[in-house]
Amino acid sequence: MSGRVLVGVKRVIDYAVKIRVKPDHSGVVTDGVKHSMNPFCEIAVEEAVKLKEKKLMKEVVVVSCGPQQSQETIRTALAMGADRGIHVEVSGKDYETLGPLQVSKILAALAKKEDAQLIILGKQAIDDDCNQTGQMTAALLDWPQGTFASEVSLEKDGIKVVREIDGGLETIKISTPAVLTADLRLNTPRYATLPNIMKAKKKKIANVKPADLGVDLTSRLEVLRVDEPPQRQAGMKVETVDDLVSKLKDAGKV
Amino acid sequence: FGADKLTDQQKEFQQLARKFAREEMIPVAAAYDRSGEYPFPIIKKAWELGLINGHIPQEYGGMGLSIFDSCLITEELAYACTGMQTAMEANSLGQMPVIIAGNDAQKKKYLGRMTEEPLMCAYCVTEPGAGSDVANIKTRAVRVGDDYVVNGQKMWITNGGKANWYFLLARTNPDPKCPAGKAFTGFIVDADTPGIQVGRKEMNMGQRCSDTRGITFEDVRIPKENVLITEGAGFKIAMGAFDNTRPPVAAGATGLAQRALDEATNYALERKTFGKAIAEHQAVSFILAEMAMKVELARMAYQRSAWEVDQGRRNTYYASIAKAFAGDIANQVATDAVQVFGGNGFNSEYPVEKLMRDAKIYQIYEGTAQIQRLIISREHFGKYKK
Repeated sequence: MSGRVLVGVKRVIDYAVKIRVKPDHSGVVTDGVKHSMNPFCEIAVEEAVKLKEKKLMKEVVVVSCGPQQSQETIRTALAMGADRGIHVEVSGKDYETLGPLQVSKILAALAKKEDAQLIILGKQAIDDDCNQTGQMTAALLDWPQGTFASEVSLEKDGIKVVREIDGGLETIKISTPAVLTADLRLNTPRYATLPNIMKAKKKKIANVKPADLGVDLTSRLEVLRVDEPPQRQAGMKVETVDDLVSKLKDAGKV
Repeated sequence: FGADKLTDQQKEFQQLARKFAREEMIPVAAAYDRSGEYPFPIIKKAWELGLINGHIPQEYGGMGLSIFDSCLITEELAYACTGMQTAMEANSLGQMPVIIAGNDAQKKKYLGRMTEEPLMCAYCVTEPGAGSDVANIKTRAVRVGDDYVVNGQKMWITNGGKANWYFLLARTNPDPKCPAGKAFTGFIVDADTPGIQVGRKEMNMGQRCSDTRGITFEDVRIPKENVLITEGAGFKIAMGAFDNTRPPVAAGATGLAQRALDEATNYALERKTFGKAIAEHQAVSFILAEMAMKVELARMAYQRSAWEVDQGRRNTYYASIAKAFAGDIANQVATDAVQVFGGNGFNSEYPVEKLMRDAKIYQIYEGTAQIQRLIISREHFGKYKK
């Protein structure tokens, strides 16, 4: 048992930024825009570091797939307490079409290479809201999955996961190795302290290419067009219920 | 140096400080200002993150940050609340004499403890009768056996009621003809030494959550081991600290000014009058443009002064310019922010009146605006004399 947990972190546009669509409708503007670690990935890192602090896991390895700047995201995770990082270099056109299928193939390959017992990911990224990578990674590895986790406890015979579902909370028990995806209430991510930021500089980040892992990055999806959501129209005030019904009929709503 | 050429590590430090300032300090700043309560929970959190005591060398458990790096952090924290930030900065001021003049035993004892627990310290020089005229302080220290016995009154001591220890300046040579450079001694004094009477918390115009007090020394005994360097060396130590602490104070004033600029700008883009956003009226946009000029220049000034001292050069000229300029513009920019807000600016429901009240002290403490001008003119002429 290596006691190794692999955490995936994604570099996304910062949650506070106002998103703008590119004039050619091919995507959103990313140049010069503030980026940070996906909030759910922060929660994943925090959970992994906590497991290590409780001595339930021995090593936290953090992975990010993307261009040069993804290393900043890895450094943030190292400053939060991860032990080392792996930067899977994906840039240019490959990066534009990088999606859950490709990332899950990369993570599955790395999990085998690194002999990981546990993979913790954010439940979804705030840019594409796919909510697929965790599930696909588990399927590729044929590992059980505990998704939308709001509580995780490592027990002798497996992992107890409390999941946030539409109807409330669901508790399941899964065996290891396993994939977990973090939901909002799993924990509150810590600040990286100044001394840890300094220490993180000395931690190693390995560079890996997808080809080295035998992963084909070809996408099966093609983005046709990106548009802003429709502008919210002004409402209309009516005097009586009859007025309301007739207006709704006119608009073809009833 | 230059803001756009920060190293990755400097950017990370700045991001940490900014996140802490926006998420932890800003939400509670107004409440602390109203109550005047000491913001210890905030200070403790900042301490846990390593955001204060940055100047303490690594051998004594500190981070040994450069003055430049600590200024970056200071500006971010001051953006949120200069009252809280001053309480934190007062630690740096109190520690600086020990950092520059302490021996190994003194550093281990008094700096070491600051990194082991969230303790405060204070710089105890000003008196009711002497602020700018430090050479005129009356607190007396008399050598008796292996101790010094101190009597006197200090005033406006930041962290006075919260400090674990003080840096104290007292007169050891009673001869009025003795030059200032030989007449004073710097001491480290444990705050629980018998004879120290801490006065009431003073109610000030701004930075109200910061703890400012008068302190009376009545036959307080200080062991000779707590003398910095030697008897008579105090004045130079007390003044030497400022070359390192004036850049961060300037950074603090800049942080306040940046906040005022941001608040005023956001308001101007939303508030409408005469058919358009007030930002589109040139009278208002010109006010904001001048505010922006001042903030950018203040930032460049403190960064230059910090960089100079980090390079190992005497930075008195630049430190004085930075502190004088930043203090002045902080007041101008905060006042302008209130003006941009109009009637709302005068009201406590909006954040800018606090900024205006908080800004004033930057023209007074750490060397008044007038003293800075004395220093700058002296340094300036010094370059011309052959």
